[in-house]
Amino acid sequence: MTPFTYARAADPDDALRLAARDGTAYLGGGTNLVDLMRETIAQPARLVDVSGLPGAIEETDEGGLLIGAAVRNSALAEHRLVRTRYPVLGRALLAGASAQIRNMATVGGNLLQRTRCAYFYDSDGSRCNKRAPGSGCDAVAGFNRNHAILGASPACVATHPSDMCVALAALDATVQLQSAQGARTLPFAELHRLPGEHPERDTMLAPGELITAIALPPLPAAARSTYRKVRDRASYAFALVSVAAVIELDGDRIADVRIAFGGVAHKPWRAARAEALLRGGPATPAAIRAAAAAEFADAAPLRDNGFKVELATRTLVATLGDLVGATA
Amino acid sequence: MSILDAAKGAAQATIQAAMGKLVPLAPDSWIPGGIPDPLIRRQHGVIGAALSRLDGPLKVQGAARFAAEFPLDDMVYAALAYATIPRGRIAGLDVAAAEAAPGVVLVMTHHNAPRMNQPAVFGSSPEAAGPADLPIMQDDRIHWNGQPIAVVLAETQEQADHAVSLIGATYAPEPATTSLAAAKAAGPQPGLFMGQPLRNEIGDAEAMLAAAPHRVDQLYRTPRHNHNAIELHGATIAWIDGGLVVHDASQLVSAEAATLAGVFDLDVAQVRVTSPYVGGGFGGKCLWDHQILGAAAARLAARPVRIVLSREGVYRGVGGRTLTEQRVAIGAEADGRFRALIHSGIAAMSPHNNMPEPFILGTRSGYAADSFSLSVETVTMNMLANTFMRAPGESVGTFALESAIDEMAVELGIDPIALRIRNEPDKDPTSGLPFSSRDIVEAWRAGADRFGWAQRSATPGTRREGEWLIGMGCATATYPYYRMPGAAARITLGRDGKAVVEVAAHEMGMGTATTTTMVAAERLGLPIDAVEVRYGDSIIPGAILAGGSQQTAAIGAAVIAAHRALVADLLKLAGNDSPLAGLSADEVGCEDGGLVKLDEPTRRESYASILDRAQRETVVAAEEASPPLELMHWSMHSHGAMFCEVRVNTVTGETRVSRFLGSFDCGRILNAKTARSQFRGGIIMGLGMALMEETQFDERNGRIMNPSLSEYHIPVHRDVPEIDVIWTDIADPHTPMGAHGIGEIGITGVAAAVANAVYNATGKRIRDLPITLDKLL
Ligand SMILES: Cc1cc2nc3c(=O)[nH]c(=O)nc-3n(C[C@H](O)[C@H](O)[C@H](O)COP(=O)(O)OP(=O)(O)OC[C@H]3O[C@@H](n4cnc5c(N)ncnc54)[C@H](O)[C@@H]3O)c2cc1C
Repeated sequence: MTPFTYARAADPDDALRLAARDGTAYLGGGTNLVDLMRETIAQPARLVDVSGLPGAIEETDEGGLLIGAAVRNSALAEHRLVRTRYPVLGRALLAGASAQIRNMATVGGNLLQRTRCAYFYDSDGSRCNKRAPGSGCDAVAGFNRNHAILGASPACVATHPSDMCVALAALDATVQLQSAQGARTLPFAELHRLPGEHPERDTMLAPGELITAIALPPLPAAARSTYRKVRDRASYAFALVSVAAVIELDGDRIADVRIAFGGVAHKPWRAARAEALLRGGPATPAAIRAAAAAEFADAAPLRDNGFKVELATRTLVATLGDLVGATA
Repeated sequence: MSILDAAKGAAQATIQAAMGKLVPLAPDSWIPGGIPDPLIRRQHGVIGAALSRLDGPLKVQGAARFAAEFPLDDMVYAALAYATIPRGRIAGLDVAAAEAAPGVVLVMTHHNAPRMNQPAVFGSSPEAAGPADLPIMQDDRIHWNGQPIAVVLAETQEQADHAVSLIGATYAPEPATTSLAAAKAAGPQPGLFMGQPLRNEIGDAEAMLAAAPHRVDQLYRTPRHNHNAIELHGATIAWIDGGLVVHDASQLVSAEAATLAGVFDLDVAQVRVTSPYVGGGFGGKCLWDHQILGAAAARLAARPVRIVLSREGVYRGVGGRTLTEQRVAIGAEADGRFRALIHSGIAAMSPHNNMPEPFILGTRSGYAADSFSLSVETVTMNMLANTFMRAPGESVGTFALESAIDEMAVELGIDPIALRIRNEPDKDPTSGLPFSSRDIVEAWRAGADRFGWAQRSATPGTRREGEWLIGMGCATATYPYYRMPGAAARITLGRDGKAVVEVAAHEMGMGTATTTTMVAAERLGLPIDAVEVRYGDSIIPGAILAGGSQQTAAIGAAVIAAHRALVADLLKLAGNDSPLAGLSADEVGCEDGGLVKLDEPTRRESYASILDRAQRETVVAAEEASPPLELMHWSMHSHGAMFCEVRVNTVTGETRVSRFLGSFDCGRILNAKTARSQFRGGIIMGLGMALMEETQFDERNGRIMNPSLSEYHIPVHRDVPEIDVIWTDIADPHTPMGAHGIGEIGITGVAAAVANAVYNATGKRIRDLPITLDKLL
């Protein structure tokens, strides 16, 4: 770990002021950043601790939720309104990490956690464009069981590891940001980016920009939502594939459906094609399978992860099937 | 010590009723016609009781001092830099920034490391414990991806870790063999295990296979595994008056001391290795480069050094289990009798060690057959020296063999347990020796009964609950009884009626200290709290390796020998005024803190009274164990019948083990509680091997890519079901206490039981571990 200084921000303005200089990183619960610092992958000269910023979960006037960036993952998962109105979010949170880590991890930090690609982590032995731009990618032809099948580039095949973010993608959340230039709001789908030529950039945040909150729109349909995560052991492992789904039926037709996949791309993958095909149609396994086939038509599996296409398809069929069954 | 005393007191209360029974002396011969250890006949003593570990209270209070917790004045902390190529030379090492970093005391590389002898490689002599046949930091050569290339010493661990990250290395790579395909193309070599060829040919197995009416002939693969003991490898090292003291996490203190003496040109007496507690060993806590580098750096810096490997460091510098490719072919008659049993294949090894994963060991004595062809060959890869890991050989060998037997049971339409029992040998099928004890059939019957095997449907895929297919499988577990030469014990008996028993053995969490106390107390006719066992220190005479599940037997035999000598000395001291006057050691036994004439219990005298009259504070007897002759006269093995129920998800292919039962035949069980934990721990490790454990060795450059517990998966709590454990408790008349070691057998057979259950659930036969979900989609 490279030596650094530490300061604790009292409020967002304080945080921005403290972070004004290059080489500063915000510190949430530290469950990801501190690991990366230990591995010398992140070497900030200054840490500004934002875990003490306002961390409330409030119901908005429209009936949505406003979640402070400093809210701990476990607090969010346990919140009554999350459990009743957005079960997909609570389940995604509880599918992640361990109880201890969730107690430390903040919402802001969870959004910005970095990939678990082994070559990204191997700071002295492997090439990685995300860690050292331009050095190359050892994952493309290496161990890539956990890697992307959609939206990857020759420069990077890493996946975004968060469970929470998959649920947020399905819920059409927005992210509230603040910087020296002022405040702005970003649709969740525009927060994370695909790797392209610049895998070193995970998100569309400007340097020094602070996440202050996440807003969930009112979404009555989300009361019927769930998250299913498939992994290599029963707990404490990142998703090979995960599905966040919200469905609303009108008789036996699908009135509305929202689907996001985890573990398949550099960002939480909102399945717009599949949704469009399903909307207005029947919620039969065949229809869902066809929609998944359309979604994965461009999938480009690597050496070790070809199974993800079939796994994601089956998981989607089963997940929507369960939700539909639950309404019957 | 008060906590320990309290624990002993509590333990004693539970076994009080047991005391006061006469224990005769054990013979020190293990030959046909010899008299079994009299402790075997003691059925109501402390032996077999479910005693909690005596060191438990110390451990939960954090009061047990592990290797990396010894505080030494003026101590510095070490960090290691590792090579990133598999083979070649170091072209440049830039250490300037590291040397200038805050708190740095020393940067040691091959340029300034003290000249050291190459450590004697394990297996080259009884005292040799070196990891590989290689010099350590003596030149610019790189032999594996991950080899230590520099040591930084600093005032704090954080400073050392930071400084080591500033070291820059450039290399002149040389051609390396890092893919299995290339290694195989270079040609396999015959495997030698502990100097013995890994090969058995009896009859013409290939011809008999070809002629057999039923055949199974398959290839099974097992991946590399890494050691992941909870306690990281660490040592606290000091040079004191020209001698070397190493507080280590070690499972071979005596051999380690001898090897270190050779490295540093010291007399063995100048090296002391202690290892009071080890937080998990499994074969990984032996001598590796880091202890030698720590000692060298301590000498160079003239300050004590604490060196603790990071988790990544354990993967880079401590070998694991190597990969295997095994062919098992069985030819059988329609009634199930085996005509031919072929088990052969390869294991990868480095050019500088000699540990061919001996996967045929269990097959040698497992089943009767008319012909055998067994062999292990090795292929050479440029990699870190592979090593012992819980049940080396049997753990992966039983996966192949016991899967193949299940396949044969399917082929024949015979119940897999019945098929195994049908091929039960009446003597060792490859050595021809009689079995010292073998009650595997009893273990099968008891296990099948308890597990509800009768409920299993032989047709795969017939039991389903929602998304889950449910199946049952079984397999034989097997591990040999070993006892290595060289063990010794010293017993010091005091006038206060207390005894200290010293053995150069190791407590790695298995309960050795507790069991040794129980056995010694029983043998001496003393209550548990009157016996203190000291261990884990190379200054204690003798050498007892905590490996091969042999420690309990080795300690047992050494204590028997020392006990005999002690009684002889006591009789001499008793003299003519004692009621025991004129008796020889063979005529007396121990009871109630004294000696008693065996056939005339009124002739007795307490230890205290004998020592009082002789005006002695203590009597000390040290003796070496008799040679392990029993191994020459009998084929000696432990067995288990393993039962597994799995649920396989039809949507995702996820496998969850829902029930497991191990039914063991491992001689007499000495401590029901610690034994149960050992069996369970082995089974849990076996579940990991079956379903998830796999070292990702990048075949492009020989680099391990998952050197962390977040990416190298082992079972978490939710992966482990209730594990039921039962045992026959039938004593082996030819071993000390009638016991067999039980540390390793628990992992054997597990992977096959799981794979066979997966087949029963799904109809899919997975022949390469681990059984990940993609293989079942
Ligand atoms: C062993 C292990 C297993 C795990 N398993 C899972 C899993 O299964 N599923 C899963 O989803 N996650 C998993 N995680 C990851 C975990 O969810 C993240 O580490 C955690 O959510 C990060 O939150 P944090 O507050 O600790 O972030 P930090 O580590 O403090 O920060 C992470 C990043 O966010 C930035 N940041 C933090 N707050 C702000 C803010 N307000 N504005 C702008 N930037 C900010 C930091 O600068 C840093 O770059 C696991 C982690 C570990 C260590």
